[in-house]
Amino acid sequence: MADQANFAELAMPYMDALYSAAMRMTRNPADAEDLVQETYLRAYRGFGGFQEGTNLKAWLYKILTNTFINIYRAKKRRPDEVDFDDAEDFYLFRRLGGLEAAQAGKTPESEVLEAMPEQVVKDAIEALPEQFRVAVLLADVEGFSYKEIAEITEVPIGTVMSRLHRGRKQLQARLWDFAVERGLVPQPPQAQSTERATG
Amino acid sequence: MDCEQTIREVYTYLDGELTSFRRWQITRHLNRCPPCQHGYDFEVELRHVVALRCHDEVPEELKQRIAEAIGLFEPRPELPESGD
Repeated sequence: MADQANFAELAMPYMDALYSAAMRMTRNPADAEDLVQETYLRAYRGFGGFQEGTNLKAWLYKILTNTFINIYRAKKRRPDEVDFDDAEDFYLFRRLGGLEAAQAGKTPESEVLEAMPEQVVKDAIEALPEQFRVAVLLADVEGFSYKEIAEITEVPIGTVMSRLHRGRKQLQARLWDFAVERGLVPQPPQAQSTERATG
Repeated sequence: MDCEQTIREVYTYLDGELTSFRRWQITRHLNRCPPCQHGYDFEVELRHVVALRCHDEVPEELKQRIAEAIGLFEPRPELPESGD
């Protein structure tokens, strides 16, 4: 049994992370604020049921995710939220010259990554279908394990793995599209005939 | 363990969710295969960049609102804005 008096001290430090996740989930600041506030109120009221010593962060994310699904999912569904065809593994790396460039000793891909603007990454995540988006956020941004994600989203571990697998590939495809759209990578992407010495 | 198998399992490897034997097999392949190692490094960096760019600052006003709602401190009395 957790003491409600300790709630603020224990739970407030997670607010930044929860708000960032809420922004990606709801895709707008007003809903994200409401979602985070509702999450904290529910968590505060239910804090007596939290087992002290267990994972508070995962517990808060579970409330956040449930609240999002119950309240906000029905409300907002973007018409452009479509399930893209899955890309191949290492999609972005391959498109950026990848294995061949690596063999030739060139490494332009990490420069593209470093130059990737914040908004492009956020847009790419937000373009993912909801279930993939939530799985990718929990794993790649928050660092939760498969088991924790399974508990947070209340699905079997196998489902978590397949959502992550597809979500990550689609994320790479989206990143590539946005990078091309915004001129972050040379167009057309095939054959770079000019020799570029690095270093 | 060949390149194709390695690439297929590299995310599970990155997630730290492989058995120690499988993990050892992948590590060994990466050590011996520079292109795969390079691809792996890219994936590590990509994940780092994604996590880094997905940060939003909580609005102060929201923090205040939540703190008040959970009784962290008394709501501020309605005072006219003091202009330093």
